Amino acid sequence: MAGGGTGDPGGGAGDPGGGAEDPGGGALDAAAAERLLATMWRIRAFEERLEPLKRSSMVHGLTHLSIGQEAVAAGVCTQLRDDEPVYSNHRANGHALAKGVDMGKLLAELMGRADGCCRGLGGSMHVVDVAHGFLGATGVVGGNLPFAVGSALASRLLGRARPAVVFFGDGAAQTGIFAETVNLASLWQVPVVFVCENNGFAEFTPRSAHTRVERVSDLAAPFCVAARTVDGNDVVEVHGAFADALSQARAGSGPYLLECLTHRLSGHYVGDPGGYRAALEDEAWRARDPIARLVRQAAAAGWFDAEHARAAEAAARDEVEAAVAFALGSPFPDPSIPAELTYARS
Amino acid sequence: MTETTYAATIAATLAAAMRADERVVVLGEDVALGGPYLATKGLAEEFGTARVVNTPISEAAICGVAIGAAQSGLRPVVEVMFVDFIGLALDQLVNGAAKAHFMSGGQLCVPMVLRTQGGAGQRGAAQHSQSLESWLTHVPGLKVVVPASAREVAALLPSAIADPNPVVVVESKTLYFRHETLPDEGVSPEPLGHARVVRRGDDVTIVATSKMVHEATEAAARLSEHGVEAEVIDPRTLVPLDLPTIAASVRRTGRLVIAHEAVEHGGFGAEIAAEVQEACFYDLDAPIVRVGAPFTPVPLSPALEDAYVPGTAEILDGVRRVLG
Repeated sequence: MAGGGTGDPGGGAGDPGGGAEDPGGGALDAAAAERLLATMWRIRAFEERLEPLKRSSMVHGLTHLSIGQEAVAAGVCTQLRDDEPVYSNHRANGHALAKGVDMGKLLAELMGRADGCCRGLGGSMHVVDVAHGFLGATGVVGGNLPFAVGSALASRLLGRARPAVVFFGDGAAQTGIFAETVNLASLWQVPVVFVCENNGFAEFTPRSAHTRVERVSDLAAPFCVAARTVDGNDVVEVHGAFADALSQARAGSGPYLLECLTHRLSGHYVGDPGGYRAALEDEAWRARDPIARLVRQAAAAGWFDAEHARAAEAAARDEVEAAVAFALGSPFPDPSIPAELTYARS
Repeated sequence: MTETTYAATIAATLAAAMRADERVVVLGEDVALGGPYLATKGLAEEFGTARVVNTPISEAAICGVAIGAAQSGLRPVVEVMFVDFIGLALDQLVNGAAKAHFMSGGQLCVPMVLRTQGGAGQRGAAQHSQSLESWLTHVPGLKVVVPASAREVAALLPSAIADPNPVVVVESKTLYFRHETLPDEGVSPEPLGHARVVRRGDDVTIVATSKMVHEATEAAARLSEHGVEAEVIDPRTLVPLDLPTIAASVRRTGRLVIAHEAVEHGGFGAEIAAEVQEACFYDLDAPIVRVGAPFTPVPLSPALEDAYVPGTAEILDGVRRVLG
């Protein structure tokens, strides 16, 4: 199995401020590194713009930002084909953008507009884009973990070598459905990669107040599932670890759990009470900003220079403004749509 | 004519669906062994355990696996052994299966069937005897089928499997081994959402579901001996509900009794009564009467359980009340 056994703490990740940066190299080439940078900037720029749009009531519904966590979405999704499905959680914007969901259609969805990728019916916690294999976020923590197992089971029975990936947070690891799902995946040996974004907080509460199990990867061993923990703020490490897991899964291996230690630099959702934030070491984590780290790694490895990085940021911000214009130009959905789409027609 | 049972017809219908479509798979606890009521008997032998999948006791994950499999090209038929356990799978069913098509703006479909069974009468006590179908009818996006006989299983289960939506089929454990004869040429599939007029009559309408269809038919036979002709209607599917057939009957008879085994309070009879009074208020000659179980958990003791479950006597009493 990729990663060599369960509970491997990986590259010394976890405590902000410590640990040497992985110089990368190896699996990554300049084109892949540029793609990771562009993807992370697209997510960052999108979500930075999202916050004021939410506060001015142009974006609707709970808006969970992933600023600071972009390396996980980018390191995982940029390696997947459109026909390799991804399930996501309530913090879905980054996963969706990295998997190929059109930014304008995503923003239109968050604004409840007719041209949203789900026609304005789902919003940020329920983004779906079948054409890009983004089979859906969920507003129920842990709720779609078994969907990934079902999707992988379907692929096997239909003769397709097609793994499924599901993102979840450390909070979801405390749900009963997590235990049931990991057990089934192991029992049936289906190729599912469970990607845990362990940001240390379940909603407003630190992980330590919810469980004595510090590493989510430690929960895999009792179910005989291979697992690994990596520094989720190091996109090179995430990319490399997921590449290993993916190649095994594509070859038809059983399930794998990849835990990415990371940190969200904003609240649980835009406008949350925020008092608990005092306990966080945001500044220390800012020093481990995944974008800045990749820029440093790229300079050392010769993948791209600072000027390229600035251009990637500018391109991302331009794309966001175009998405805002597209979304604001889209009408609200027709009142007939809800009744029309409650049931599928034969 | 072929003699069969409700349970054997489930197995035969599933087998036919699996032969016709390789995307149809069966998942559930002990399904490869036939299950406690033999409703999946013989499937694993014919189709193998890759398509007839035994699962651990993980109702939520099983339901979720079926959702994911349905979204990725299969047509899963999941068994939840007792409807009393549906609570364990309800988040998956309600927040996952029922809403996927809607919330994705029509991109996703969840063509799955969840088979389960309810009903009292086997001394199962309060956690193995409930009739909880009305919970499911409250969720937009789900369809709910309540077959009253082997014939209805043969007619409706294929349509449930072919449906692009999640369909819950609530069977009745006390009907599983009821003998029935079906035509040799088989029963053709019939679309969901159409009631069946089981017996014609002009004096009173009895809408009955599942096991109560047979109790209502027996009640109608006794009423006929006294010159009262009851029309017995089996809605067969609660969602979608065939209100036009029920309303047309009530407009003719002016009197309606609704009978189900579920607790009367908050049962699906309340919905039928509300819809009928809106559609037929000026045609009604008497208040609508509901017949259902009392508002208590199902008791174990045979003496208490037998008194708890409504039957022919309670339906006859209901008819007497609407006839004044």
